[in-house]
Amino acid sequence: MAILWRRSRNIANRIRKCMNKGFMGCAVVNQSCWSSTFQSSSLSNLRPVPYQNSRYLRSLPWSRAALFSVLRSKSTVAEKQLDSFFSSDSDDDHRSLDFPGGKVTYTSEMNFITESSRMRVPCYRVLDDNGELIMGGDFQQVGKDVAVKMYSDMVTLQIMDNIFYEAQRQGRISFYLTSTGEEAISIASAAALTEQDIILPQYREPGVLLWRGFTLQEFANQCFGNNADYGKGRQMPIHYGSKKHNFITISSPIATQLPQAAGIAYSLKMDNKKACVVSYIGDGGTSEGDFHAGLNFAAVMEAPVIFFCRNNGWAISTNISEQFRSDGIVVKGRAYGIRSIRVDGNDALAIYSAVSAAREMAINEQRAILIEALTYRVGHHSTSDDSTKYRELDEIDYWKMARNPVNRFRKWVQNNGWWSEQQETEVRNSIRKQLLQAIQVAEKTEKPPLTELFSDVYDHPTSNLQEQEKQLRETISRHPKDYPSDVSV
Amino acid sequence: MQLQPKLIALQLLHLRNPALGEGLEEEMERDPRVCVMGEDVGHYGGSYKVTKGLATKFGDLRVLDTPIAENSFTGMGIGAAMTGLRPVVEGMNMGFLLLAFNQISNNCGMLHYTSGGQFTIPIVIRGPGGVGRQLGAEHSQRLESYFQSIPGIQMVACSTPYNAKGLMKAAIRSENPVILFEHVLLYNLKERIPDEDYICNLEEAELVRPGEDITILTYSRMRYHVMQAAKTLVNKGYDPEVIDIRSLKPFDLYTIGNSVKKTHRVLIVEECMRTGGIGASLTAAITENFHDYLDAPVMCLSSQDVPTPYAGTLEEWTVVQPAQIVTAVEQLCQ
Repeated sequence: MAILWRRSRNIANRIRKCMNKGFMGCAVVNQSCWSSTFQSSSLSNLRPVPYQNSRYLRSLPWSRAALFSVLRSKSTVAEKQLDSFFSSDSDDDHRSLDFPGGKVTYTSEMNFITESSRMRVPCYRVLDDNGELIMGGDFQQVGKDVAVKMYSDMVTLQIMDNIFYEAQRQGRISFYLTSTGEEAISIASAAALTEQDIILPQYREPGVLLWRGFTLQEFANQCFGNNADYGKGRQMPIHYGSKKHNFITISSPIATQLPQAAGIAYSLKMDNKKACVVSYIGDGGTSEGDFHAGLNFAAVMEAPVIFFCRNNGWAISTNISEQFRSDGIVVKGRAYGIRSIRVDGNDALAIYSAVSAAREMAINEQRAILIEALTYRVGHHSTSDDSTKYRELDEIDYWKMARNPVNRFRKWVQNNGWWSEQQETEVRNSIRKQLLQAIQVAEKTEKPPLTELFSDVYDHPTSNLQEQEKQLRETISRHPKDYPSDVSV
Repeated sequence: MQLQPKLIALQLLHLRNPALGEGLEEEMERDPRVCVMGEDVGHYGGSYKVTKGLATKFGDLRVLDTPIAENSFTGMGIGAAMTGLRPVVEGMNMGFLLLAFNQISNNCGMLHYTSGGQFTIPIVIRGPGGVGRQLGAEHSQRLESYFQSIPGIQMVACSTPYNAKGLMKAAIRSENPVILFEHVLLYNLKERIPDEDYICNLEEAELVRPGEDITILTYSRMRYHVMQAAKTLVNKGYDPEVIDIRSLKPFDLYTIGNSVKKTHRVLIVEECMRTGGIGASLTAAITENFHDYLDAPVMCLSSQDVPTPYAGTLEEWTVVQPAQIVTAVEQLCQ
């Protein structure tokens, strides 16, 4: 349904006033999506409304969390917004329809909403390509300790990826998947959260675990599937999971974690916890049905979830132009009634600021937020892929060198006097040594014994499982030569 | 102290507190972590009114109406379960849960194992299923067999008000994911059940009628067809032992085994399809374990390998009828 505005300029000003006042306490990040619905050219002066920084939001007098202990709010935000935008003139009454969700004005001009805006949704960034702060921007200040930890964790992640990738190539582990080019995303987003926020990863976010204190040895143990792995050797490499770090075990099928995010947020609401859920997804994952339903649910349930989409341009060999025809993922937020923002995924400070703000909104206003981070998958999809077969070497090289998120952040940290070349060399050497050590230890650690084959299927093994274990043990004792001697029974 | 047992309907439309609903309500009172989610479970009370009255009592967050996306609200239930809640997910019809198969198989059944035991999923997935009266193919599915191989889940089928309430409560208290199969045609049964708190063991079969001549294994609605056939058989001089297996995964081979050792003949009567049904697995399990005790091959009566037709007579011929059961017993006992 298209809406044509005759007195468009007045309406535009009214909208802007409402936005700036923080209608319903909400500031919407950008309005360029609206421009496609207006036909009049005089509206090209409808600028995107600047985002109110998080200090403003924290001063909100009320928290809706308390209301949800028994009853959910029955009205929709859309209903309230539309009422304010489109009414007040008395002769409008017979030109509009009272429909669930709010008043809808009639028009006799047939206009289709264009499939895309004239302008793509702009991308929020704080640092320029040289790691310099862009003047006049909004951002959340980061202190020295946090910045140094962020930077050194990004370096650790980089080195970890290189070394484990090599280990797979040498046949020491069976599989690995790097986050090369996306280090800023996982580290900076984790830095903006607290330990109580629950993470539902896709599979390219080990940086979040790293930030939360998962050790290199623990990473290695999981990749080698040894006895010390928290997953007891049941999942393939990089499918980490750690309850104590509030990081849900990774499950391979794409996007299945998105509806679960609504469930975890539901759990937090019931317990009235001041925490949120952060669920990660790639650009390809947004094509899954679970993306649609997960976002829709979170919006309807008013769940404190941050959906973080890493738009890295490629889903194995499928380029985003073959994945969807919308302006990326950020525009999809509005379709569900979810606030969204597009950020520069290679700018650690931008991610930190956006996630901080999103977290405040998610918890204080009990709503879902969608963040799209534009980045690039510099590495192959995994060790089972050779991306040079389907993309240009120039393209890979450009993003690897000119748009490297680690280098960019280092420049900023160094310019603040918080990091030196010497520290760089020291840290890199130390991490490298620790990793090689961790791999050696993990390789030598025993594999899980036979008892772990049948445990944890249920809380206690059922009769059929006990029977199967008994039979297997009998077979092994009769043919010991056919079974590995270094795995204990 | 046992007060006079209540006369309670398994489900009586428009009446509060049917057995399933009562079981659910008692568990929700007992444990604040129990919650319900599904389509129209709130003020509408669910498609068969099992959850009627719960939303008014516990609020519409604990009894949550969800948008129409089975894979999603099952996924949501799994997420909630992993972080400490005990959700009861209702499929409006079990057939629709095919849309949730991914979440049930890949996450519900697996995550406890793949996380090394770190995350538990104490979820109950329940809903009406089975062949009803002319509801058409998609609303008359027999899906127990589709789910039976999924490692990590337990499956039970209720058949009376007594075991419905008991199994519902046991399923909610279990730490494992449990799928509870209810039957569309059994919601109107009436039975006296005890006032005091009781649960039924999830892994136990129920002896319905002791006997000497033959063991008839059945579950859910077919129990009633079997009992009807049993009346005819008794008049003809046979003494069948009828066992409602209740636990579809794992099978209660202890109870079943004892019966087989006594009667030496087995007839399985199920509503599931012939190919790959619960009966097929049960036949294999019995033959493997109790081969020496059998005087005749295990016979299995299942429904036809066809989608359930709408036409009344065709639908009748799709499922096993008492007359067929009588004939089968006579054949086996020759």
